[in-house]
Amino acid sequence: MGISNIWVFAQVANGAPTSGSLELVTKARTLGGSVSVWVAGDGASVAGALGEYGASKVFAVDYGQNLAGVSVASAMKATIDGGDSPDLIMFPQSYEGRDVMARLSVKLGRTVLTNNVEIEASGDSVAVTTPIFGGNTLVTTTFTGGAPYLAAFRPKSFNPEASGGAAAAVQAVSVPDLGATGTAKVTAVHVEETTGPKLDEANVVVSGGRGLGESANYAMIETLAKLLKGAPGASRAIVDAGWVPYSYQVGQTGKVVKPSVYIACGISGATQHMVGMKGSKNIIAINKDKEAPIFGIADLGIVGDVHKVLPKLIEALQSR
Amino acid sequence: MSDGLCETVHKPQEWRTMNVIVCVKQIPDPANPGALDASSNTLKREGKLILDESDSYGVEMALQLVDAAGGGEVSLVSMAPNSETAGLRTALAMGAAKAVLVSDPALQGSDALTTAKILAAAIQRLGGADLIIAATESSDGYTGTVPEQIAEVLGLPSVTFAKKVSIEGGILKADRQTEEGYDEVTCPLPALISVTAGVVEPRYPSFKGIMAAKSKPVDEVTAADLGVTPVGWAGAGQQISNVAQAEARAAGEVIEDDGETFGKIVTFLEGLKVI
Repeated sequence: MGISNIWVFAQVANGAPTSGSLELVTKARTLGGSVSVWVAGDGASVAGALGEYGASKVFAVDYGQNLAGVSVASAMKATIDGGDSPDLIMFPQSYEGRDVMARLSVKLGRTVLTNNVEIEASGDSVAVTTPIFGGNTLVTTTFTGGAPYLAAFRPKSFNPEASGGAAAAVQAVSVPDLGATGTAKVTAVHVEETTGPKLDEANVVVSGGRGLGESANYAMIETLAKLLKGAPGASRAIVDAGWVPYSYQVGQTGKVVKPSVYIACGISGATQHMVGMKGSKNIIAINKDKEAPIFGIADLGIVGDVHKVLPKLIEALQSR
Repeated sequence: MSDGLCETVHKPQEWRTMNVIVCVKQIPDPANPGALDASSNTLKREGKLILDESDSYGVEMALQLVDAAGGGEVSLVSMAPNSETAGLRTALAMGAAKAVLVSDPALQGSDALTTAKILAAAIQRLGGADLIIAATESSDGYTGTVPEQIAEVLGLPSVTFAKKVSIEGGILKADRQTEEGYDEVTCPLPALISVTAGVVEPRYPSFKGIMAAKSKPVDEVTAADLGVTPVGWAGAGQQISNVAQAEARAAGEVIEDDGETFGKIVTFLEGLKVI
């Protein structure tokens, strides 16, 4: 027995599978058996890249104006009812990933385990590990119900590594009648333009928090990020306050970043934030409050006012 | 949908009134460090619980939508141990009219799917609603799937991760957060939405509201009352197999700013060859 048939739900951005999706395909490959990938939208354009990372098959769901979550979940259910039933389905901890797994969990009567960073399979048993309390405790949970097991993983849990496989075979899957659940329709799609490196791929991330005092001071974060060829980020507090768009948010409910250098400016280090950045190789923190939790994980901590330290730092870097 | 619950979600007859149900969670104060119960490995949830801040946005949005519709009411559903109502009273003080509280020792260890079934049944007990609102995830458990699972149990359409919401002529319009930006979505009612933090500015309960909340009805029920079985560990398709301490990240050098510490940062960055 063992785990012989694994499905991965992959996200596609700008015509290519996201690195988070390729991580999951890579990991699935090591668990044994065949790996099939589900995508919402066109399958042909990503079959090459997904095959290179070990997928043998791509299920492509043309969901039109419907929401991807309910569409893909219904298509998966129909495929399982048709006899192709996986042992395990891996999802990225993303918006669509969570929607697909939530709808499917009810359709199949299966539990979901989310926010995982590790998975182990031994015989028929599958266990996943999630960090809690800001990452200081690791909880491993074993699935005890029947397969398929539904698990979601945080980004950057695994390293994406190509296996050099051939392009995956594409199978189009139509969306069954969704009834009332299919009455929500997408009427327009907005892509927020960003310049410079992407937050979750940048080598340097400079983040600002409430300690900046006011929205206008965020300009210092952007300037510093640009000088270091990095990306600007933010704590949830200032995103909620509307200073910067949600796409800047680093943390449990935002992006998980693991840059070489993370500079936290005026961020105290709430658990929700630390979860998203404590995997950074080097952490620099500037905060007025010497008791701030962020100093507990900083390699270099400056107890001081960001309004005094940042202008001098920016000036020093500009004059180089 | 398989439960046949969807038939009983009532279709509103007119749009001049609007009934909204908000799913709220009562959680341990996040300011205190969390701990696991050594015997059960569940999160310790003793003592006073408070309204999850993430849910205050949904309560506020519900109150605003009912106001905009010109009538109707906001009800609450919650699942909590020990007949806990402190967090519910906060939401009632903000302006919600009534609540169903599911409190049952048998619920300890329930997984997200069971939680969704319980909350869906509590929503049915209230006779359904035009709109059901939840936060995107709770601040203490953050599984992040329960709202969408409730929608599926009830056979409803949903718009998750909504950051802007309005209702025009019985149709919900929402901006839904995506990885790359946002989608504009329309959806007929009844429906379920999950809202992001910051979507509206939650009001502070007034003194009058706090006093009024004390006498507002809270209907306390068990899982059996709702007809949902099995629950708790027995119904969960998961078992905690190990709890371990993560490798701690050691703190480095912490220095007080004397006006020259920016130089330390420059040296540090040079050492890493970032500059």
